[in-house]
Amino acid sequence: MSVPANLRYADSHEWVKMEDDGVIVGVTDYAQSEMGDIVFAELPPVGAEYEKGEGMAVIESVKAVSDIYAPVGGTVIAVNEALVDSPELVNDDCYGDGWLVKLSLPEKVELDELLSPEEYEAQIEA
Amino acid sequence: MPRQNEFPLLMELGAPGRRAYLLPQLDVPARPIDELIPSPYLRSEPAPLPELSELEVVRHYTGLSRRNHGVDVGFYPLGSCTMKYNPKVNEDLAFLPGFASLHPYQPEETVQGALQLMYELEQYLCEIAGLQRATLTPAAGAHGELTGLMLIKAYQEDRGEGHRDEIIIPDSAHGTNPASAAMCGYKVVEVKSNDRGGVCVDALREVVGPQTAGLMLTNPNTLGLFEEDILTISELVHDAGGLLYYDGANANAIMGKCRPGDMGFDVVHFNLHKTFSTPHGGGGPGSGPIVVRESLIPFLPVPVVERREEAAQAGASLEEIPSQFFLDFDRPKSIGKVKGFYGNFLVLVRAYAYIRSMGPEGLRLASEDAVLSANYLMRGLSPFFDLPYDRTCKHEFVISARQQKAEGVTAQDIAKRLLDYGVHAPTVYFPLIVEEALMIEPTETESKAALDAFLEVMFRIAEEAKESPQGLTTAPHHTVVGRLDETQAARHPVVRWQQGTEEGTPNDHR
Repeated sequence: MSVPANLRYADSHEWVKMEDDGVIVGVTDYAQSEMGDIVFAELPPVGAEYEKGEGMAVIESVKAVSDIYAPVGGTVIAVNEALVDSPELVNDDCYGDGWLVKLSLPEKVELDELLSPEEYEAQIEA
Repeated sequence: MPRQNEFPLLMELGAPGRRAYLLPQLDVPARPIDELIPSPYLRSEPAPLPELSELEVVRHYTGLSRRNHGVDVGFYPLGSCTMKYNPKVNEDLAFLPGFASLHPYQPEETVQGALQLMYELEQYLCEIAGLQRATLTPAAGAHGELTGLMLIKAYQEDRGEGHRDEIIIPDSAHGTNPASAAMCGYKVVEVKSNDRGGVCVDALREVVGPQTAGLMLTNPNTLGLFEEDILTISELVHDAGGLLYYDGANANAIMGKCRPGDMGFDVVHFNLHKTFSTPHGGGGPGSGPIVVRESLIPFLPVPVVERREEAAQAGASLEEIPSQFFLDFDRPKSIGKVKGFYGNFLVLVRAYAYIRSMGPEGLRLASEDAVLSANYLMRGLSPFFDLPYDRTCKHEFVISARQQKAEGVTAQDIAKRLLDYGVHAPTVYFPLIVEEALMIEPTETESKAALDAFLEVMFRIAEEAKESPQGLTTAPHHTVVGRLDETQAARHPVVRWQQGTEEGTPNDHR
């Protein structure tokens, strides 16, 4: 399972990438592999606000429907519109073109609470 | 994938001018169609309807039915669906013209037998549930859930507690539970399971409160396990002012053994099409009666079947009082009608026939045998498959294909391979709290020989997973169609046939 070193992780299997004006959120390689072939992604509207741990998106695979939780609190400033027509991007490139949501910059304390790549790797191996 | 012409549609069969019947000569003056139907609703050209002989139609549908699998053809251990055998005497009774040819608008005095059947079926269900009254109208399970929740809502509003806006549901529940609660306008609060597969009572304590309208529970739950703490759970919810809703999906385990009403449930749902042996699996019709405690009776949907007490008490026979049974619509606190007419009546006839032919002892024995069969299979499978909750199960159990997944074989592959052996696949990937779940429900109607044959097949598949996993990941090999592309079917479903195209037109599924 790929766990890129430049990202931070939530124990509910989302990844977070820091950018200057916000954070990009997606699901991990482990999560997309467990969910199986993804057929539909329901993304939040831009402007919606979420607290850390709140369900903000829904991903439907051939196996199940899964809630995607906000790994940090914030306001949605962009969503990956490409997933509307091509939900398979989450399977094909979960850390790149398959990103889900961009959130406004969170509280630093919430970022610090996220898992390091090593910690997340240990969790999925357990 | 088969080529299209191997399975022609009716639209692709036949030829112009072919027909099965000739209509009799018109015996009234003919009138032009545009005098009878306003022009906006008239087609400008005739619809392209298929033209076939009767024999072609019979062969078409008989051919399709032979490619199908049902409990009349083979083993059907589809967990939580209770695909038990449906005795054919139920069908005979449902086809009696006195039932099958009724019209819903017939005068009351001409349908006394039908009303009496509904009246008595309600009493039987009340006795099995341990509660007081029932509505037979809901069309199926999820419709029953919604009706039950509407009753809870009406009850809470009536006693000035309409602000209660949360329904608590365990994480092992059927997906229909949260869907029904949301449909009824409730917020869904999930409560975790403990390591024995039951509701975690401590977690329940944290979420139950003055905002709780009720709790929905399946018992035995979707792991096939009896909720050991049900009396504590019931006390917690009742003390907080909430009601308990019983999802009857798994009631096949408890008939005549224990009663949801005695466990503290206030609203009980049954699936007649599961527990009470009416055919299902092809999309219905089903029937999802709701049985309630005394305090909820005023809110039941209309109509309910009542008996004219005075007539009954006077000892008058049905012949003397032509309408001893009647449909009562005069119920001021009722939530109203939940379905046209009186429910799926012929399903009620089948359930009535089943209950009457089994009797209390027969129903109890059915539940005992269903539980025995499930435990026999669970123990037989445990050397080859992971058993995440190693407890005596009720009528079904869940194994995990975790070990096999390490060899690259998933629960789905095992399910597909079972089809090659003439067995219907179990429920897979449910409940969600078990990884690579296979949920197996043999029901009471299989012989020990049939159960042993299934064990033998599962043993062989476990061996295949070790020795030749590629045979499993590409299964099934001996069915009418091979492994279908479920992903493509979900991403780009083709839902409309179009003349002259190979595959129809891909439609976006949203």
